[in-house]
Amino acid sequence: MEEAKGEEVTLFGFWSSPFVHRVIWALNIKKIKYKYVEEDLSNKSALLLEHNPVYKKVPVLVYNGIAIAESLIILEFIEETWKENSIMPQDPYEKAVARFWATAAGDGLWQFFITEGKEREEALTSVINNFELLEKELIGKNFFGGDRIGYLDISVGWISYGVPIFEEITEFKIITEQKFPLLHAWMEAFSNSEFVKDTLPLREKLSERYRKVWEAIMQKKN
Amino acid sequence: MADKEVRLFGMWASPFTKRVEWALKLKGIEYEYVNESIPFSKSEELLRLNPVTKKIPVLVHNGKPLAESLVIIEYIDETWKEGYSIMPKDPYDLAQARFWAKFADDKGTMSLLHVFSKEGEVQQKAVEEAREVFKTLEQALEGKKFFGGDCINYLDLAIGWYAFWLPIIEETVNVSMVDDANAPLLKAWFGRFLEVDVIKSILPPRDKTSEMSKIRRNQLLSNMP
Repeated sequence: MEEAKGEEVTLFGFWSSPFVHRVIWALNIKKIKYKYVEEDLSNKSALLLEHNPVYKKVPVLVYNGIAIAESLIILEFIEETWKENSIMPQDPYEKAVARFWATAAGDGLWQFFITEGKEREEALTSVINNFELLEKELIGKNFFGGDRIGYLDISVGWISYGVPIFEEITEFKIITEQKFPLLHAWMEAFSNSEFVKDTLPLREKLSERYRKVWEAIMQKKN
Repeated sequence: MADKEVRLFGMWASPFTKRVEWALKLKGIEYEYVNESIPFSKSEELLRLNPVTKKIPVLVHNGKPLAESLVIIEYIDETWKEGYSIMPKDPYDLAQARFWAKFADDKGTMSLLHVFSKEGEVQQKAVEEAREVFKTLEQALEGKKFFGGDCINYLDLAIGWYAFWLPIIEETVNVSMVDDANAPLLKAWFGRFLEVDVIKSILPPRDKTSEMSKIRRNQLLSNMP
Protein backbone atom coordinates (compact mmCIF):
# COMPACT_ATOMS: atom_id res chain seq x y z
CA MET A 1 0.00 0.00 0.00
CA GLU A 2 1.36 3.36 -1.00
CA GLU A 3 1.68 5.91 1.75
CA ALA A 4 4.52 8.37 1.62
CA LYS A 5 5.81 9.66 4.92
CA GLY A 6 3.70 12.46 6.27
CA GLU A 7 0.78 11.81 3.97
CA GLU A 8 -2.59 11.38 5.49
CA VAL A 9 -5.68 10.50 3.52
CA THR A 10 -9.12 10.46 5.10
CA LEU A 11 -12.39 9.69 3.35
CA PHE A 12 -15.67 10.84 4.87
CA GLY A 13 -18.44 8.66 3.55
CA PHE A 14 -21.76 6.91 3.96
CA TRP A 15 -22.13 3.19 3.46
CA SER A 16 -24.74 3.23 0.72
CA SER A 17 -23.64 6.28 -1.26
CA PRO A 18 -22.68 5.46 -4.85
CA PHE A 19 -20.62 8.66 -4.91
CA VAL A 20 -18.56 7.42 -1.97
CA HIS A 21 -18.14 4.03 -3.64
CA ARG A 22 -16.53 5.75 -6.63
CA VAL A 23 -13.82 7.20 -4.40
CA ILE A 24 -13.25 3.92 -2.57
CA TRP A 25 -12.73 2.12 -5.88
CA ALA A 26 -10.27 4.74 -7.08
CA LEU A 27 -8.30 4.64 -3.82
CA ASN A 28 -8.16 0.85 -4.10
CA ILE A 29 -6.91 0.86 -7.69
CA LYS A 30 -4.32 3.45 -6.87
CA LYS A 31 -3.34 1.39 -3.81
CA ILE A 32 -3.67 4.39 -1.53
CA LYS A 33 -3.91 3.77 2.17
CA TYR A 34 -6.66 5.80 3.81
CA LYS A 35 -8.70 6.24 6.92
CA TYR A 36 -12.47 5.88 6.48
CA VAL A 37 -14.95 7.86 8.54
CA GLU A 38 -18.60 6.77 8.35
CA GLU A 39 -20.95 9.70 8.68
CA ASP A 40 -24.42 9.66 10.16
CA LEU A 41 -26.17 11.77 7.54
CA SER A 42 -28.98 12.63 9.93
CA ASN A 43 -26.40 14.02 12.34
CA LYS A 44 -23.41 15.23 10.36
CA SER A 45 -20.11 15.63 12.15
CA ALA A 46 -18.59 19.03 12.79
CA LEU A 47 -15.54 17.91 10.80
CA LEU A 48 -17.62 17.12 7.73
CA LEU A 49 -19.35 20.47 7.89
CA GLU A 50 -15.98 22.16 8.27
CA HIS A 51 -14.50 20.31 5.30
CA ASN A 52 -17.49 20.73 3.00
CA PRO A 53 -19.34 23.85 4.09
CA VAL A 54 -20.81 24.47 0.63
CA TYR A 55 -22.68 21.19 0.10
CA LYS A 56 -22.30 19.51 3.52
CA LYS A 57 -22.24 16.15 1.74
CA VAL A 58 -20.17 13.01 1.41
CA PRO A 59 -17.80 12.01 -0.06
CA VAL A 60 -15.09 14.37 1.10
CA LEU A 61 -11.45 13.46 0.72
CA VAL A 62 -9.04 15.12 3.10
CA TYR A 63 -5.40 14.97 2.09
CA ASN A 64 -2.77 16.48 4.34
CA GLY A 65 -5.41 18.68 5.89
CA ILE A 66 -6.95 19.99 2.68
CA ALA A 67 -10.45 18.93 1.67
CA ILE A 68 -11.78 17.99 -1.77
CA ALA A 69 -15.50 17.46 -2.39
CA GLU A 70 -17.58 16.12 -5.31
CA SER A 71 -16.79 12.54 -6.28
CA LEU A 72 -15.71 13.05 -9.90
CA ILE A 73 -13.53 15.96 -8.90
CA ILE A 74 -11.99 13.77 -6.19
CA LEU A 75 -11.24 11.10 -8.82
CA GLU A 76 -9.35 13.60 -10.95
CA PHE A 77 -7.46 14.87 -7.91
CA ILE A 78 -6.47 11.35 -6.94
CA GLU A 79 -5.26 10.65 -10.50
CA GLU A 80 -3.17 13.80 -10.60
CA THR A 81 -1.69 13.49 -7.13
CA TRP A 82 -0.73 9.81 -7.17
CA LYS A 83 0.96 9.15 -10.49
CA GLU A 84 1.08 5.34 -10.46
CA ASN A 85 -1.73 3.01 -11.54
CA SER A 86 -3.26 5.56 -13.85
CA ILE A 87 -7.05 5.56 -14.22
CA MET A 88 -7.47 8.27 -16.86
CA PRO A 89 -7.08 7.67 -20.60
CA GLN A 90 -3.90 9.27 -21.92
CA ASP A 91 -5.40 10.55 -25.14
CA PRO A 92 -7.13 13.94 -24.64
CA TYR A 93 -10.13 12.99 -26.81
CA GLU A 94 -10.71 9.71 -24.98
CA LYS A 95 -10.31 11.54 -21.70
CA ALA A 96 -12.93 14.07 -22.76
CA VAL A 97 -15.34 11.34 -23.87
CA ALA A 98 -14.88 9.60 -20.51
CA ARG A 99 -15.58 12.85 -18.65
CA PHE A 100 -18.69 13.39 -20.75
CA TRP A 101 -20.05 9.93 -20.04
CA ALA A 102 -19.17 10.06 -16.36
CA THR A 103 -22.04 12.51 -15.84
CA ALA A 104 -24.28 11.63 -18.80
CA ALA A 105 -24.44 7.86 -18.34
CA GLY A 106 -26.79 8.05 -15.39
CA ASP A 107 -29.23 10.45 -17.01
CA GLY A 108 -32.78 9.28 -16.69
CA LEU A 109 -32.05 6.34 -14.41
CA TRP A 110 -33.24 7.97 -11.21
CA GLN A 111 -36.26 9.37 -13.04
CA PHE A 112 -37.04 5.89 -14.34
CA PHE A 113 -36.86 4.59 -10.78
CA ILE A 114 -39.11 7.13 -9.10
CA THR A 115 -41.73 7.89 -11.72
CA GLU A 116 -44.64 6.08 -13.27
CA GLY A 117 -46.65 6.09 -16.46
CA LYS A 118 -45.69 8.52 -19.21
CA GLU A 119 -42.90 10.15 -17.19
CA ARG A 120 -41.31 6.78 -16.66
CA GLU A 121 -41.63 5.89 -20.35
CA GLU A 122 -39.79 9.06 -21.31
CA ALA A 123 -37.05 8.38 -18.78
CA LEU A 124 -36.73 4.82 -20.03
CA THR A 125 -36.30 5.99 -23.63
CA SER A 126 -33.46 8.22 -22.48
CA VAL A 127 -31.87 5.41 -20.47
CA ILE A 128 -32.05 2.91 -23.31
CA ASN A 129 -30.64 5.48 -25.73
CA ASN A 130 -27.67 6.01 -23.43
CA PHE A 131 -27.12 2.31 -22.77
CA GLU A 132 -27.09 1.60 -26.52
CA LEU A 133 -24.34 4.16 -26.96
CA LEU A 134 -22.44 2.89 -23.94
CA GLU A 135 -22.68 -0.63 -25.34
CA LYS A 136 -20.83 0.65 -28.42
CA GLU A 137 -18.10 2.12 -26.22
CA LEU A 138 -17.39 -1.39 -24.94
CA ILE A 139 -16.77 -3.00 -28.33
CA GLY A 140 -13.44 -4.77 -28.29
CA LYS A 141 -12.87 -3.96 -24.62
CA ASN A 142 -13.37 -5.65 -21.27
CA PHE A 143 -13.81 -2.36 -19.48
CA PHE A 144 -14.45 1.22 -20.58
CA GLY A 145 -10.82 1.79 -19.63
CA GLY A 146 -9.66 -1.04 -21.94
CA ASP A 147 -7.99 -4.01 -20.29
CA ARG A 148 -8.13 -2.47 -16.87
CA ILE A 149 -10.72 -0.55 -14.89
CA GLY A 150 -10.45 3.18 -15.47
CA TYR A 151 -12.10 6.46 -14.59
CA LEU A 152 -15.25 5.81 -16.60
CA ASP A 153 -15.72 2.32 -15.17
CA ILE A 154 -15.40 3.81 -11.69
CA SER A 155 -17.74 6.69 -12.50
CA VAL A 156 -20.53 4.48 -13.85
CA GLY A 157 -19.67 1.50 -11.66
CA TRP A 158 -22.71 2.09 -9.47
CA ILE A 159 -24.79 0.90 -12.42
CA SER A 160 -23.43 -2.60 -11.78
CA TYR A 161 -25.43 -2.85 -8.55
CA GLY A 162 -27.86 0.05 -8.96
CA VAL A 163 -29.59 -1.09 -12.13
CA PRO A 164 -30.28 -4.65 -10.88
CA ILE A 165 -31.72 -3.16 -7.69
CA PHE A 166 -33.90 -0.71 -9.62
CA GLU A 167 -35.02 -3.55 -11.89
CA GLU A 168 -35.92 -5.68 -8.90
CA ILE A 169 -37.95 -2.98 -7.19
CA THR A 170 -39.75 -1.69 -10.29
CA GLU A 171 -40.09 -5.21 -11.67
CA PHE A 172 -38.81 -4.05 -15.03
CA LYS A 173 -35.70 -5.40 -16.71
CA ILE A 174 -33.51 -2.98 -18.66
CA ILE A 175 -30.11 -4.62 -19.06
CA THR A 176 -30.59 -8.14 -20.36
CA GLU A 177 -27.84 -10.28 -21.80
CA GLN A 178 -29.77 -10.31 -25.05
CA LYS A 179 -30.25 -6.60 -25.47
CA PHE A 180 -26.98 -5.41 -23.99
CA PRO A 181 -24.49 -8.29 -24.08
CA LEU A 182 -21.39 -6.15 -23.55
CA LEU A 183 -22.88 -4.02 -20.79
CA HIS A 184 -24.17 -7.14 -19.11
CA ALA A 185 -20.72 -8.74 -19.24
CA TRP A 186 -19.13 -5.51 -18.02
CA MET A 187 -21.42 -5.42 -14.98
CA GLU A 188 -20.24 -8.86 -13.97
CA ALA A 189 -16.59 -8.23 -14.67
CA PHE A 190 -16.70 -4.97 -12.75
CA SER A 191 -18.50 -6.42 -9.72
CA ASN A 192 -16.07 -9.33 -9.57
CA SER A 193 -12.96 -7.20 -9.92
CA GLU A 194 -10.53 -7.39 -7.01
CA PHE A 195 -10.89 -3.64 -6.46
CA VAL A 196 -14.66 -3.77 -6.17
CA LYS A 197 -15.57 -7.17 -4.81
CA ASP A 198 -15.26 -6.62 -1.09
CA THR A 199 -16.08 -2.94 -1.05
CA LEU A 200 -19.83 -3.05 -1.28
CA PRO A 201 -22.29 -3.57 1.53
CA LEU A 202 -24.43 -6.69 1.41
CA ARG A 203 -26.67 -6.59 -1.62
CA GLU A 204 -29.72 -7.19 0.54
CA LYS A 205 -28.89 -4.25 2.76
CA LEU A 206 -28.45 -1.94 -0.24
CA SER A 207 -31.61 -3.23 -1.85
CA GLU A 208 -33.56 -2.65 1.33
CA ARG A 209 -32.37 0.92 1.56
CA TYR A 210 -33.35 1.74 -2.02
CA ARG A 211 -36.72 0.09 -1.50
CA LYS A 212 -37.39 2.23 1.56
CA VAL A 213 -36.51 5.36 -0.39
CA TRP A 214 -38.70 4.25 -3.31
CA GLU A 215 -41.66 3.45 -1.10
CA ALA A 216 -41.41 6.81 0.61
CA ILE A 217 -41.38 8.62 -2.72
CA MET A 218 -44.24 6.54 -4.13
CA GLN A 219 -46.28 7.16 -1.01
CA LYS A 220 -45.86 10.90 -1.31
CA LYS A 221 -47.21 10.78 -4.84
CA ASN A 222 -50.35 8.83 -3.90
CA MET B 1 -0.07 22.11 -35.14
CA ALA B 2 -3.08 20.44 -33.66
CA ASP B 3 -5.59 22.28 -35.87
CA LYS B 4 -6.77 20.15 -38.68
CA GLU B 5 -10.37 21.05 -38.73
CA VAL B 6 -12.25 22.61 -35.87
CA ARG B 7 -15.99 23.18 -36.04
CA LEU B 8 -18.24 24.53 -33.34
CA PHE B 9 -21.99 23.96 -33.33
CA GLY B 10 -23.67 26.63 -31.26
CA MET B 11 -26.37 29.22 -30.92
CA TRP B 12 -25.69 32.97 -30.91
CA ALA B 13 -27.44 33.63 -27.59
CA SER B 14 -26.18 30.53 -25.77
CA PRO B 15 -23.87 31.28 -22.83
CA PHE B 16 -22.35 27.81 -22.92
CA THR B 17 -21.45 28.23 -26.59
CA LYS B 18 -19.79 31.52 -25.69
CA ARG B 19 -17.63 29.77 -23.10
CA VAL B 20 -16.16 27.53 -25.75
CA GLU B 21 -15.69 30.41 -28.20
CA TRP B 22 -13.79 32.35 -25.55
CA ALA B 23 -11.49 29.37 -24.97
CA LEU B 24 -10.89 28.92 -28.70
CA LYS B 25 -10.14 32.61 -29.08
CA LEU B 26 -7.73 32.63 -26.13
CA LYS B 27 -5.77 29.84 -27.79
CA GLY B 28 -5.90 31.53 -31.18
CA ILE B 29 -7.62 28.52 -32.75
CA GLU B 30 -9.37 29.00 -36.08
CA TYR B 31 -12.75 27.36 -36.28
CA GLU B 32 -15.86 27.11 -38.38
CA TYR B 33 -18.97 28.22 -36.52
CA VAL B 34 -22.24 26.48 -37.32
CA ASN B 35 -25.32 28.25 -35.96
CA GLU B 36 -28.21 26.11 -34.84
CA SER B 37 -31.69 27.64 -34.84
CA ILE B 38 -32.45 26.56 -31.30
CA PRO B 39 -35.09 26.41 -29.93
CA PHE B 40 -36.88 26.19 -33.27
CA SER B 41 -34.97 23.33 -34.86
CA LYS B 42 -31.87 21.21 -34.58
CA SER B 43 -29.94 20.08 -37.62
CA GLU B 44 -29.63 16.41 -38.54
CA GLU B 45 -25.91 16.80 -38.20
CA LEU B 46 -26.13 18.06 -34.61
CA LEU B 47 -28.38 15.17 -33.62
CA ARG B 48 -25.93 12.76 -35.21
CA LEU B 49 -22.93 14.35 -33.50
CA ASN B 50 -24.57 14.53 -30.08
CA PRO B 51 -27.17 11.78 -29.92
CA VAL B 52 -26.91 11.73 -26.11
CA THR B 53 -28.04 15.14 -24.92
CA LYS B 54 -28.77 16.61 -28.38
CA LYS B 55 -27.52 19.97 -27.11
CA ILE B 56 -25.11 22.65 -28.19
CA PRO B 57 -22.28 23.45 -27.94
CA VAL B 58 -20.64 20.59 -29.78
CA LEU B 59 -17.01 20.85 -30.80
CA VAL B 60 -15.87 18.70 -33.70
CA HIS B 61 -12.13 18.27 -34.04
CA ASN B 62 -10.83 16.18 -36.94
CA GLY B 63 -14.31 14.74 -37.31
CA LYS B 64 -14.59 13.70 -33.66
CA PRO B 65 -17.42 15.31 -31.67
CA LEU B 66 -17.43 16.47 -28.06
CA ALA B 67 -20.26 17.86 -25.97
CA GLU B 68 -20.50 19.66 -22.59
CA SER B 69 -18.84 23.06 -22.60
CA LEU B 70 -16.64 22.55 -19.53
CA VAL B 71 -15.41 19.19 -20.83
CA ILE B 72 -14.69 20.87 -24.16
CA ILE B 73 -12.67 23.63 -22.52
CA GLU B 74 -10.45 21.12 -20.71
CA TYR B 75 -9.99 19.26 -24.00
CA ILE B 76 -9.00 22.46 -25.78
CA ASP B 77 -6.37 23.24 -23.16
CA GLU B 78 -4.91 19.73 -23.26
CA THR B 79 -4.87 19.46 -27.03
CA TRP B 80 -3.47 22.87 -27.89
CA LYS B 81 -0.69 22.91 -25.35
CA GLU B 82 1.02 26.04 -26.66
CA GLY B 83 -0.41 29.46 -26.15
CA TYR B 84 -2.67 30.59 -23.35
CA SER B 85 -2.81 28.37 -20.28
CA ILE B 86 -6.47 27.87 -19.33
CA MET B 87 -6.46 25.16 -16.66
CA PRO B 88 -4.62 25.59 -13.35
CA LYS B 89 -1.59 23.34 -13.03
CA ASP B 90 -1.58 22.33 -9.36
CA PRO B 91 -3.96 19.40 -8.59
CA TYR B 92 -5.55 21.20 -5.65
CA ASP B 93 -6.06 24.43 -7.63
CA LEU B 94 -7.56 22.33 -10.41
CA ALA B 95 -9.90 20.62 -7.98
CA GLN B 96 -11.00 23.96 -6.56
CA ALA B 97 -11.58 25.47 -10.00
CA ARG B 98 -13.63 22.46 -11.11
CA PHE B 99 -15.57 22.53 -7.84
CA TRP B 100 -16.58 26.18 -8.17
CA ALA B 101 -17.43 25.81 -11.86
CA LYS B 102 -19.72 22.90 -11.02
CA PHE B 103 -21.26 24.78 -8.10
CA ALA B 104 -21.97 27.80 -10.30
CA ASP B 105 -23.52 25.58 -12.97
CA ASP B 106 -25.56 23.35 -10.66
CA LYS B 107 -26.81 25.83 -8.07
CA GLY B 108 -26.70 29.02 -10.08
CA THR B 109 -28.51 27.77 -13.15
CA MET B 110 -31.19 26.08 -11.10
CA SER B 111 -32.01 29.23 -9.15
CA LEU B 112 -31.92 31.37 -12.28
CA LEU B 113 -34.36 29.08 -14.01
CA HIS B 114 -36.92 29.69 -11.30
CA VAL B 115 -36.19 33.40 -11.13
CA PHE B 116 -36.74 33.65 -14.85
CA SER B 117 -39.74 31.37 -15.27
CA LYS B 118 -41.76 31.97 -12.12
CA GLU B 119 -43.54 34.74 -10.29
CA GLY B 120 -44.56 35.74 -6.81
CA GLU B 121 -43.34 33.84 -3.78
CA VAL B 122 -41.65 31.03 -5.72
CA GLN B 123 -39.69 33.59 -7.67
CA GLN B 124 -38.82 35.57 -4.57
CA LYS B 125 -37.43 32.47 -2.88
CA ALA B 126 -35.38 31.70 -6.00
CA VAL B 127 -34.00 35.25 -6.01
CA GLU B 128 -32.86 34.83 -2.41
CA GLU B 129 -31.24 31.50 -3.25
CA ALA B 130 -29.50 33.03 -6.27
CA ARG B 131 -28.18 35.89 -4.14
CA GLU B 132 -26.71 33.33 -1.73
CA VAL B 133 -25.09 31.40 -4.58
CA PHE B 134 -23.38 34.49 -5.92
CA LYS B 135 -22.32 35.57 -2.47
CA THR B 136 -20.75 32.13 -1.97
CA LEU B 137 -18.95 32.35 -5.31
CA GLU B 138 -17.10 35.39 -4.05
CA GLN B 139 -15.07 33.05 -1.83
CA ALA B 140 -13.33 31.69 -4.90
CA LEU B 141 -12.27 35.18 -5.92
CA GLU B 142 -10.26 35.65 -2.71
CA GLY B 143 -9.75 39.33 -3.43
CA LYS B 144 -7.93 38.63 -6.68
CA LYS B 145 -8.37 40.50 -9.92
CA PHE B 146 -9.72 37.40 -11.66
CA PHE B 147 -10.46 33.84 -10.49
CA GLY B 148 -7.25 32.95 -12.30
CA GLY B 149 -5.25 35.65 -10.52
CA ASP B 150 -3.83 38.39 -12.71
CA CYS B 151 -5.19 36.77 -15.87
CA ILE B 152 -8.41 34.93 -16.59
CA ASN B 153 -8.47 31.14 -16.44
CA TYR B 154 -10.92 28.22 -16.68
CA LEU B 155 -12.97 29.41 -13.75
CA ASP B 156 -13.37 32.92 -15.17
CA LEU B 157 -14.54 31.35 -18.44
CA ALA B 158 -16.91 29.02 -16.57
CA ILE B 159 -18.56 31.76 -14.50
CA GLY B 160 -18.03 34.64 -16.93
CA TRP B 161 -21.32 34.22 -18.77
CA TYR B 162 -23.08 35.62 -15.71
CA ALA B 163 -21.25 38.92 -16.23
CA PHE B 164 -23.13 39.47 -19.48
CA TRP B 165 -26.35 37.53 -19.04
CA LEU B 166 -27.19 38.20 -15.41
CA PRO B 167 -27.79 41.96 -15.81
CA ILE B 168 -30.07 41.18 -18.76
CA ILE B 169 -32.07 38.68 -16.70
CA GLU B 170 -32.20 41.15 -13.82
CA GLU B 171 -33.60 43.83 -16.14
CA THR B 172 -36.11 41.49 -17.74
CA VAL B 173 -37.47 40.24 -14.44
CA ASN B 174 -36.83 43.39 -12.40
CA VAL B 175 -34.87 41.81 -9.58
CA SER B 176 -31.33 42.17 -8.31
CA MET B 177 -29.12 39.14 -7.81
CA VAL B 178 -25.64 40.59 -7.76
CA ASP B 179 -25.21 44.00 -6.19
CA ASP B 180 -23.09 45.90 -3.72
CA ALA B 181 -25.09 44.51 -0.83
CA ASN B 182 -24.55 40.77 -1.39
CA ALA B 183 -21.60 40.42 -3.79
CA PRO B 184 -19.63 43.61 -4.42
CA LEU B 185 -16.43 41.73 -5.32
CA LEU B 186 -18.22 39.61 -7.88
CA LYS B 187 -19.91 42.69 -9.29
CA ALA B 188 -16.54 44.35 -9.75
CA TRP B 189 -15.20 41.19 -11.37
CA PHE B 190 -18.13 41.25 -13.83
CA GLY B 191 -16.88 44.62 -15.08
CA ARG B 192 -13.25 43.55 -15.35
CA PHE B 193 -14.12 40.28 -17.10
CA LEU B 194 -16.16 42.01 -19.80
CA GLU B 195 -13.28 44.37 -20.45
CA VAL B 196 -10.83 41.58 -21.32
CA ASP B 197 -10.12 41.91 -25.06
CA VAL B 198 -10.88 38.34 -26.07
CA ILE B 199 -14.09 38.31 -24.06
CA LYS B 200 -15.25 41.71 -25.29
CA SER B 201 -14.63 40.78 -28.90
CA ILE B 202 -17.19 38.00 -29.05
CA LEU B 203 -20.17 39.01 -26.97
CA PRO B 204 -23.64 38.69 -28.48
CA PRO B 205 -25.46 41.93 -29.30
CA ARG B 206 -26.95 43.21 -26.06
CA ASP B 207 -30.18 44.61 -27.45
CA LYS B 208 -30.95 41.46 -29.39
CA THR B 209 -30.23 39.31 -26.34
CA SER B 210 -32.31 41.58 -24.16
CA GLU B 211 -35.20 41.39 -26.59
CA MET B 212 -35.00 37.61 -26.75
CA SER B 213 -34.95 37.49 -22.98
CA LYS B 214 -38.18 39.46 -22.73
CA ILE B 215 -39.90 37.30 -25.35
CA ARG B 216 -38.77 34.14 -23.57
CA ARG B 217 -39.98 35.44 -20.20
CA ASN B 218 -43.43 36.20 -21.59
CA GLN B 219 -43.62 32.79 -23.21
CA LEU B 220 -42.77 31.06 -19.95
CA LEU B 221 -45.29 33.09 -17.98
CA SER B 222 -48.11 32.56 -20.45
CA ASN B 223 -47.57 28.80 -20.20
CA MET B 224 -48.40 28.90 -16.52
CA PRO B 225 -51.71 27.32 -15.47
